[in-house]
Amino acid sequence: MRRVALALAVTVLACAPAKGSQGAAPAPAPQRMASDTGQTTRDTSQVANVGPGALSLPNADPYPSTYKPFPSRPTVIKNVTLLTAAGPTIPHGAIVMKEGKIVLVTDNANDPRIAQAAGSDAVVIDGTGKYVTPGIVDVHSHLGVYAAPATQASSDGNEATNPATPYVWAEHSVWPQDPQFPRQLAGGVTTEQILPGSANLFGGRSAILKVVPSRTVQGMKFPGAKYGLKMACGENPKRVYEKRGPSTRMGNMAGYREEWIKAEQYKRKWDNWLKDRKGPPPERDLGLETLAEVLRGNIYVQMHCYRADEMAQVIDMSHEFGYKVRAFHHAVEAYKIADLLAKEGIGAAMWADWGGFKMEAADAVRPNIALVAKAGARAMIHSDDPSGTQRLNQEVAKAMAAGREAGINVTEDEAVKWMTINPAWALGLDDKIGSLVQGKNADVVLWSGDPFSVYTKTDKVWIDGALLFDRSDPTHQWRTDFDLGYVPDTRGGTK
Amino acid sequence: MQPTRETMRMAARSLAFVALGLALPALPAAAQTIAITGGKVFPVSGAPIDRGTVLIRDGKIVAVGANVTIPADAQRVDATGKWVTPGFVNAATELGVQEIQAVADTRDEFAEGKDGIAAGFRVVDGFNPRSPRIQQAREDGVTTVGVLPLGGIVAGQAAIVDLSDGSAASMTLKAPAAMVGEIGDAQQADLGARGEVVERLRALIEDAKAYARNTQAYDRAQTRPFVASRLDLEAMVPVVQGKEPLLVQADRASDIEEALALAKEYGLKIIIGGGAEAWMVADELAAAKVPVITGAMNNIPNTFAQLGNRQENAGLLRKAGVDVALMGNAGGGDEEAFNVGNIRYEAGNAVAYGMSWNDALRAVTLAPAQIFGVADRVGSLAPGREANVVVWSGDPFEFTSHADQVFIRGKLATGESRRDLLVDRYKTLPPNYDRP
Repeated sequence: MRRVALALAVTVLACAPAKGSQGAAPAPAPQRMASDTGQTTRDTSQVANVGPGALSLPNADPYPSTYKPFPSRPTVIKNVTLLTAAGPTIPHGAIVMKEGKIVLVTDNANDPRIAQAAGSDAVVIDGTGKYVTPGIVDVHSHLGVYAAPATQASSDGNEATNPATPYVWAEHSVWPQDPQFPRQLAGGVTTEQILPGSANLFGGRSAILKVVPSRTVQGMKFPGAKYGLKMACGENPKRVYEKRGPSTRMGNMAGYREEWIKAEQYKRKWDNWLKDRKGPPPERDLGLETLAEVLRGNIYVQMHCYRADEMAQVIDMSHEFGYKVRAFHHAVEAYKIADLLAKEGIGAAMWADWGGFKMEAADAVRPNIALVAKAGARAMIHSDDPSGTQRLNQEVAKAMAAGREAGINVTEDEAVKWMTINPAWALGLDDKIGSLVQGKNADVVLWSGDPFSVYTKTDKVWIDGALLFDRSDPTHQWRTDFDLGYVPDTRGGTK
Repeated sequence: MQPTRETMRMAARSLAFVALGLALPALPAAAQTIAITGGKVFPVSGAPIDRGTVLIRDGKIVAVGANVTIPADAQRVDATGKWVTPGFVNAATELGVQEIQAVADTRDEFAEGKDGIAAGFRVVDGFNPRSPRIQQAREDGVTTVGVLPLGGIVAGQAAIVDLSDGSAASMTLKAPAAMVGEIGDAQQADLGARGEVVERLRALIEDAKAYARNTQAYDRAQTRPFVASRLDLEAMVPVVQGKEPLLVQADRASDIEEALALAKEYGLKIIIGGGAEAWMVADELAAAKVPVITGAMNNIPNTFAQLGNRQENAGLLRKAGVDVALMGNAGGGDEEAFNVGNIRYEAGNAVAYGMSWNDALRAVTLAPAQIFGVADRVGSLAPGREANVVVWSGDPFEFTSHADQVFIRGKLATGESRRDLLVDRYKTLPPNYDRP
């Protein structure tokens, strides 16, 4: 049941809700611990004796992934319905995973190539009556940066001390023991983007993670994934910085443009130096380094924006400075400018039905995703929510049904893309994940039935061919350190 | 009569156009005899009927069964292949008292109260029957809602409201339907410890009892000072007399046990709301005949009081014999006012996590009606009940099903929500702003 105190705590936390912010109690102050922050982020490192990655180099990777696929066995799922996100539904087909990859997808459950591809020691699963989809990709999550339980101590998602903090990196906040991770995995999510919150115009870099148990965030990082830059439109920044500015939407726009102007100059300086590396390198600036990487096309802009007119402003700004917005997030009014999004090649990451919690969410409509898809723009679901991320299949089902009710012929083949290949595209990973295609990573979900039924649950989830979740086997139900001793162990069924 | 939602909307639109462009859809005056025939009927109070008829006259259900004689003058609604249920009851909403969460002057669910006590606050006094959110809820098959006050130790008095067309007074089935309070969250109460919340509750309960015994002395100012105002005490009297339920929001198992102990000590009739860890004390709840309002879509240890949150909660409680009404508890997107209709997915998820389908239907119809004492009016398809009836295209818990026809007090709900109007405007781009 909704509690006041809890509702207030949510206000500045995640992107969307502004619950209770102007109700009985005043909006809380931005999350900050001033004494801890200082000016530690401005790196003016000496020219000599720099460590690897200590220059403002394109594609620098100073905190590299240490992820290694978990041990796997060759696995065959046969007599199963495959929603591939790459073509029409395959009823009674089969899929073979081996050494982390999808090695065969066939419409013939008795295909002789199955045994050949899988080898003699393969695990063979009969999928009669069940469905297989690619692993779900959630492009908008705050797991690990807003861990459960929600306490001030674990509120690490908004560096709400400055409207422009492109210098923070979400991965430096992610707590791998957040008990929300295994619950998300059990919902079929295999890859996610962890974003900073939306208090700031420039919120910081995102982290692209595999949903796997690990002692460190480095062990979860998707190898080779490009970073995203979180930016935010509208009500949140102007509410959080009401006193010091920006306090208006025009102030928001000016705030972005000022930073981009600095970033252009910074990039020019560094690109000049990088040509011949003569003389001392220019001074490094952690925030501008990220923005320069956006201008070079090496970091994707992931922008929280609700209103259609604001998205149009941001698109003009991206032309002004020569960068691309990869995807608008929340995009509650995307349906009003779906044609513009299609023309610009910008994705929209949306909810199925969230709305009403603030002015800029007032015009939410349920066929939003279907209308955007129909216009030819890249449409996808996203959660922005630790509960919703566990049921993105259900959210897509709602959006699919709403599209049909609005007269749009949405097939399951189209709908499955909204939670797989399209979000994979938004992360630039659509060549590796997001569809059931030979050669791709074996991120696979086996569902107890049609994933768009309310009664269906995940049976098993594989990441890179390794079985990471199995509903019927407690030894494949990851519990985080936090879960131990705090959370009743209910694995193995009901009480 | 075969109105689909689309034709209902079209009809309503031309009607509204004629009627000087009424911004809000009006329910056409159609109180007469209606026979909904051929559908799979779920009365809830009785066994499902495969090809049944629901007969409605003057806003009430007059007959339900397989062999109902249909009067010649009845309007027939062919529900062949459809599912017919009572209108859904969402027990825990802010419908009509909240338009935009972040806009303070559209919110009327929090009362200031005094020292965390707002027992005299009647949330229904601020209820807006013209809230555009109400049409959204109707479209999704919700015909009755609980409107709950929020905040403090005692938040105020809840109301049960039919989503019929009319004034707040005419829509109200029962107010007060319950007093809303909480145990366990000292922060919400602006206090230091959960024991202190209980202490304040005790003080209030004891003062209300003293007030009830000595009202005349109180009026002559011959009583000791009480912790609450006259209207707060007055509102607490039926609660301390065990006539009106106290809906105790509590999540931790020990907080629920504390609530049970208080109820026993003072003779209160209580309902547990939220109840994240209620499954741990299911047998005690069943023994005390205390119902629980909870959801089936949250398994996150959101707080230290909710470490035991799990989606099986509702099903486990039911198995133990506890009366369960469902509420939205996924926690996002404004399920309290904007997405009130998602209660049907809460029921579907409850089934996925162990509740029987029939119990889940009951948990969004008859169970909340019984818990709030309005089962003689709504929650089942039985003669004499308000004709709150929904014809669904299929299983109402499934995403691909929708409410084809929604009758509230015998009238077909027509009209368009803001959502519908926006979709109409923008489904082809650029929008045609000349079109209404």
